[in-house]
Amino acid sequence: MNCFKILMNGIVKENPTFVLLLGMCPTLATTTSAVNGMSMGLATMFVLICSNLAISLIKSLTPDMVRIPVFVVVIASFVTILQMCLEAYLPSINKSLGIYIPLIVVNCIILGRAEAFACKNGPVASLFDGIGIGLGFTLALTVLGMVRELLGAGSVFGVVLLPETYNVLLFVLPPGAFITLGFLIAIVNKFKKA
Amino acid sequence: MEYLLIFISAIFVNNIVLSQFLGICPFLGVSKKIDTALGMGAAVAFVLTLATIVTYLVQKWVLDPFGIQYLQTIAFILVIAALVQMVEIIMKKVSPALYQALGIFLPLITTNCAVLGVAILVIQKDYNLLQSVVYAFSTALGFGLALTVFAGMREQLALVNIPRGMRGMAIVLVTAGLLSLAFMGFSGVDGGLRVLFGID
Amino acid sequence: MKKLESSLTNMVVVLVAVAVITGGLLAWVNNFTAEPIRVQKELVLAEGIKSVMGVDDITVTEKDTITENVDGKDCEFVLHKVSDATGKFIGAAVESSSMGFGGDLKLLVGFDAEGKVLGYTVLQHSETPGLGAKADKWFQKDGKGNIIGRDLSDGKPLVVDKDGGDVDAITASTITTRAFLKAVNQAYAVYAGQDADASSGASKRAHSGEE
Repeated sequence: MNCFKILMNGIVKENPTFVLLLGMCPTLATTTSAVNGMSMGLATMFVLICSNLAISLIKSLTPDMVRIPVFVVVIASFVTILQMCLEAYLPSINKSLGIYIPLIVVNCIILGRAEAFACKNGPVASLFDGIGIGLGFTLALTVLGMVRELLGAGSVFGVVLLPETYNVLLFVLPPGAFITLGFLIAIVNKFKKA
Repeated sequence: MEYLLIFISAIFVNNIVLSQFLGICPFLGVSKKIDTALGMGAAVAFVLTLATIVTYLVQKWVLDPFGIQYLQTIAFILVIAALVQMVEIIMKKVSPALYQALGIFLPLITTNCAVLGVAILVIQKDYNLLQSVVYAFSTALGFGLALTVFAGMREQLALVNIPRGMRGMAIVLVTAGLLSLAFMGFSGVDGGLRVLFGID
Repeated sequence: MKKLESSLTNMVVVLVAVAVITGGLLAWVNNFTAEPIRVQKELVLAEGIKSVMGVDDITVTEKDTITENVDGKDCEFVLHKVSDATGKFIGAAVESSSMGFGGDLKLLVGFDAEGKVLGYTVLQHSETPGLGAKADKWFQKDGKGNIIGRDLSDGKPLVVDKDGGDVDAITASTITTRAFLKAVNQAYAVYAGQDADASSGASKRAHSGEE
């Protein structure tokens, strides 16, 4: 299969957030600002790429009946490695994402890709699938974070664009997450049909 | 009184779905009908409480004594997955009626991040065993409440005419946003209760 | 390569192998990152102490962990006594916490030898993002509820204006403000108490050069 095609498939056609609606918990919880959204996306992408690669390499060594536990252990190991590395080298990101780092384990995107793609395809294709889906997720989270930060705090990536009077605090609070994502999906739907 | 406070705060003030964003997938996935929502709520309440007790003991008796806290994520997810499987098998044998009602929801619960989330949260909050159990159970009740209320709203939603672009997930998410907004009305209630009971 | 069969031996072997490999890998990474994590935490604390004391060139001469009973609950305070470059005692930075709007609010507050607030920094909070989180700037020198330079040694704690005090509350976050001031007041109480029972406060302050 064409690697570029796999890549674009993850970003556009099977975008995990806007099209497949997977991994909603971190999507809604960590997008209070563009930076937070992007770091969550990148963290998930790291785990996704590693687990896709590892699983496609060990797929023939894994008996079918213990497939899921093995996948879960592999994913959980990468999450733990990520957690320790963030704590050691990027403590501020670790602090702002908090409990959502260990919760990457139960992100349906990762186990979903392991089941749907990595355990049927070779390492190179799986690697590109991981990058594609990861980028799609990161992109979606960054966009959502940007919109929420702009409306709620008047800035994008910390650069102030709107004076404080025009800030609608609601958008950085929990309800804003649901509402913003709802409207973004509606916009995506509109373009998809056109 | 402290337990009552944990109870109320976990159900209304810091509702697991609407303000902590844990367990969103089943919240959006199994909320089309009130009946299924109730079933899912009950199954989650059962597993969440049980899983929190077991993971709490694993943390205190295995991970802490051996100094291997860094294996927390792996240990917890495996314990939860095994537990869900076991509950499913036991329930099938012991009470087929209960299995009929809750069984189909059980496999979905392993990937419900609320279960792992609560297990990690009670360790982070440094709760004792009883506090953890109360917290886990009330969190699950909060989940059930949000799920059932939301299912009620979605049943009504199915009857109205919605602009084409907003159909499907879009309107569901906006509705969830409004429900979350309503639950924000409870914020500060725990602070008030704390003053009322004289624990600050 | 053909897929391994799901026989019992195969399954057990694979599961054990996976467990051993991941366990080993994680132990290795843990070993590898333990040192940077520790250094990182110390660095954050050291930076925090520097910023709340308002002086760059300092040494922490003494670190005390004090457990006090506050409202029926044991609270832990950590007191870092600080001297400047010449070895003169200039005060202490105190880690203190209280119950905020959404959970624990943890502060590091710096006091000079007389009991004046030198500075503070928020170590951890779970307040409403965007609202309660304003505590970071609100009580600083150019903030609206400035508490820097306030002398707490006269026995009058800091009180929010809504409760009859003179500290401006953060707009729409009275509970956070109360929690914040409570943590500051507790920090001072610990600082003063520690000072008193170490070797009668006054003499200690006078002879602080010897520390």
